[in-house]
Amino acid sequence: MFRRTASTSARALPGFGLTLGYTVLYLSLIVLLPLSALLLRAGGLGWDQFWETVTHPRVVASYRLTFGTSLAAATINAVFGLVVAWTLVRLRFPGRRLLDALIDLPFAMPTAVSGIALAAVYSPHGWLGQVLEPLGVKVVYTPIGIMLALTLIGLPFVVRTLQPAIADLERETEEAAASLGASRWQTHRRVIFPSILPALMTGFALALARAIGEYGSVIFVSSNLPMKTEIASLLIVSKLDQYDVGGATAIAVMMLFISFGMLLVINGLQRLASRRYREAL
Amino acid sequence: MGIEVEHVSKTFGSFKALDDVSLKIRDGELVALLGPSGSGKTTLLRIIAGLETADAHPAAVVRFHDEDVYKRSAAQRRVGFVFQHYALFRHMTVFENVAFGLRVRHRSTRPSNGDIRQRVERLLSLVQLSQFARRYPSQLSGGQRQRVALARALAVEPRVLLLDEPFGALDAKVRQGLRAWLRRLHEEIHITSVLVTHDQEEALEVADRVVVMNNARIEQVGTPEEVFHHAKTEFVMEFLGQVNVFRGRVRNGKAVLGELTVDYPQYRDDAERPATAYLRPHELRIERQRNGKPSFAARVTRTHSAGSLARVSLETPSGAPVLVDVSLEEFAALGLREGETVYLYPKNARIFVPDGASGAMNGDYVI
Amino acid sequence: MGPSAASAHRGIAAGHAAAPRLQGTTADARWLEWLFIGVSWAFLALVLLVPLGAVFCEALREGLRAYFDAFDDPYAWSAIRLTLFTAAIAVPANVVFGLAASWAIAKFEFRGKTVLITLIDLPFAVAPVVSGLIYVLLFGMTGWFGPWLASHDIQIIFAAPGVVLATIFVTFPLVARELIPLMQEQGTDEEEAAASLGAGGWQTFRRVTLPNIKWALMYGVILCNARAMGEFGAVSVVSGHLRGKTHTMPLHVESLYNEYNFVAAFAVASLLAMLAVATLAVKTAVQWRMQRELQDSAEP
Repeated sequence: MFRRTASTSARALPGFGLTLGYTVLYLSLIVLLPLSALLLRAGGLGWDQFWETVTHPRVVASYRLTFGTSLAAATINAVFGLVVAWTLVRLRFPGRRLLDALIDLPFAMPTAVSGIALAAVYSPHGWLGQVLEPLGVKVVYTPIGIMLALTLIGLPFVVRTLQPAIADLERETEEAAASLGASRWQTHRRVIFPSILPALMTGFALALARAIGEYGSVIFVSSNLPMKTEIASLLIVSKLDQYDVGGATAIAVMMLFISFGMLLVINGLQRLASRRYREAL
Repeated sequence: MGIEVEHVSKTFGSFKALDDVSLKIRDGELVALLGPSGSGKTTLLRIIAGLETADAHPAAVVRFHDEDVYKRSAAQRRVGFVFQHYALFRHMTVFENVAFGLRVRHRSTRPSNGDIRQRVERLLSLVQLSQFARRYPSQLSGGQRQRVALARALAVEPRVLLLDEPFGALDAKVRQGLRAWLRRLHEEIHITSVLVTHDQEEALEVADRVVVMNNARIEQVGTPEEVFHHAKTEFVMEFLGQVNVFRGRVRNGKAVLGELTVDYPQYRDDAERPATAYLRPHELRIERQRNGKPSFAARVTRTHSAGSLARVSLETPSGAPVLVDVSLEEFAALGLREGETVYLYPKNARIFVPDGASGAMNGDYVI
Repeated sequence: MGPSAASAHRGIAAGHAAAPRLQGTTADARWLEWLFIGVSWAFLALVLLVPLGAVFCEALREGLRAYFDAFDDPYAWSAIRLTLFTAAIAVPANVVFGLAASWAIAKFEFRGKTVLITLIDLPFAVAPVVSGLIYVLLFGMTGWFGPWLASHDIQIIFAAPGVVLATIFVTFPLVARELIPLMQEQGTDEEEAAASLGAGGWQTFRRVTLPNIKWALMYGVILCNARAMGEFGAVSVVSGHLRGKTHTMPLHVESLYNEYNFVAAFAVASLLAMLAVATLAVKTAVQWRMQRELQDSAEP
């Protein structure tokens, strides 16, 4: 047991120096060097200029839109993802394998295709857009459209993190709950839900992180108007189009910080949830 | 010498797995490395195989048949290694698994396909698996898989055969059968072999000699009879077989062990010393009466006779548990009842007195 | 799973005498199950399936003739060529990296391993446009190496090399991440056995390790390829939108769409959608295959 964890390198297998060296070199060139350029460039801006850029009303509006729609989309995915994951793991019905396979489609689909597809369906002339328009619901070119796009691209995360957690649930604990007089609803709420909550939060966090950075699908369904429907990624691109590389860098770094902070909070909550669950065991 | 190991140490981080170990194994011998987990036996085996490198030490040596192999990699040492969890190549058939070591040889020394086929078939019949050649490892039972692993190791005509807990993952019945089979196989091919095990029965039954290890060191090396009946250290005494332990003192040629006092002529000093006595369950006799010889009283707490011997559990007045084995005939004659008090006469005891100077133990028999 | 649904379930289940089905303690009422299945399909249809279908309908709106006309365009072909070229470099580069990284990480113990694994995942945490931006900061006109590159007449940003680099960045972890956990789980037993039987390093890798990871490797390659061909944000930033030069297929879709050339935009998009569906089909097949082999080797 000890030898596996503590051995510095088993002489029996070759290639350690070569493979680790290549890994570190490639990682440094492709990932670390460019990312450090981002941080150094932002550091070179000077605090005043940085702060002025990232607190400009147009920029603040873009954060609000980005994080607001991302949170909404991740929440929708958490709710429906839970239903879908439960259905896939626990229920047997014709077409289950197809449904299961389709969940990954947003991973495989270019985001531009997702965007153009949603625009086609939910624009005022689209199949569903013309149904919704008379009801006063405008989807495309509004924050609702952005939310819809972010829901689509975040769909697999919640389902795929929940599936193993639900599969790991022991039927015995549910039977034990039932034998102790719990109703099915009480079992769901007090036994099942707490034990899959950490996985649900992980999926939520992944969907959220993906949504915050999303660009390709959103620009097709948004009118991209400053202060109204302009997401942060788009703002970075327009700064670059105006050759304002410094401004783009400042917004990018600010976004990294905010999403990092949000993930930290979610991770903390998740740890809390899983600890409570472990204590309950 | 088949295998010689000298001054080998191994540290993992802050954990000392081997502490300056030296060992000689004769040509054609089957030696068992026996010890609890963490005693260093597997590490020693892996160092012999070249799968692990020992800590750097100027005098460290590993020799096979008088040839220094210390600096060679595992691939160059020509050892046969049998892994606890088989480590069969899961994507190859049984045949291809056994043939692997021959197929990866350099073109100049690689046997022809026909020779490989012949040799693999011979080995498969040796391990009695000829009809399974086309199966995959996942289609075999645990015992069959381990036999494939053994055939695979033997295919390269290794200079030494190393087995790491080869039967550890199998159930008791299969293990029993494979043990006897391994012994017969060894008598047939007589290859210098080292077997690592934590199962004392396995070591005592299969090996020519047993190396008992504890805490990164070798405690004792000897034939199964030697280590079992003439344990040199308290650890070996306690590790091998069931044993009753009594703590007491020695002084003036007497050992006082609780209620029992026996002669101990080896120590005639006036100064009192602590001592520990070990008595195997068959080294105590049960009597209903006292007869003047050294004995002590104990109450029968439980008996069971579902075996080749009857085992009696007793308790001394001070509450210490004692185990005694008696033959079934004797057990029937005694007609013991639970709760009754009897007298126990030691036939044989080993008394260890720590040596004041070195702290080492001297084991001596008294009657 | 709302409270009203589940509390109602007790009443229904009790009064559901007509169906003589034993209600297990761990099963929900039949109607609730159907509700779950219905909601799942409806959700997927609204956000995914109907839009996907719409892409093909829009592309074929003016008939097959118009559909194929969309590809009778040098710009479309140049976009397809650049997309294939990019994937042809990014995928092998990340495969080589993935194999090297997973060998080092799974077969050896060393300090800082967890940090290394985290760093490999880092590109996933970076937004696509930022992934493009960092290369602009390195190689753009005002970037670190910009002036040097300009004086040597080498163009990376607003040229194919930038597109390739940004694509490698966003697909960086995909192969490594499939291989590392699998190889860690498989351990080093088989490799050690091969070494003890006299096999050298390359022989061990080719004959023992590679066959054991082939499905996971293929899975990683498929995902990596799909992402490489479909990447939009990062590529958009470094491409400079030079039609016929730095447009990949997704960028070409955008520019056609912005010019109200809808049929052509949807036609190219449909090609990408077919790529996605094909990816999914192969991926699912590989996944089933992997599961089957896992079950086979788990049998006693």
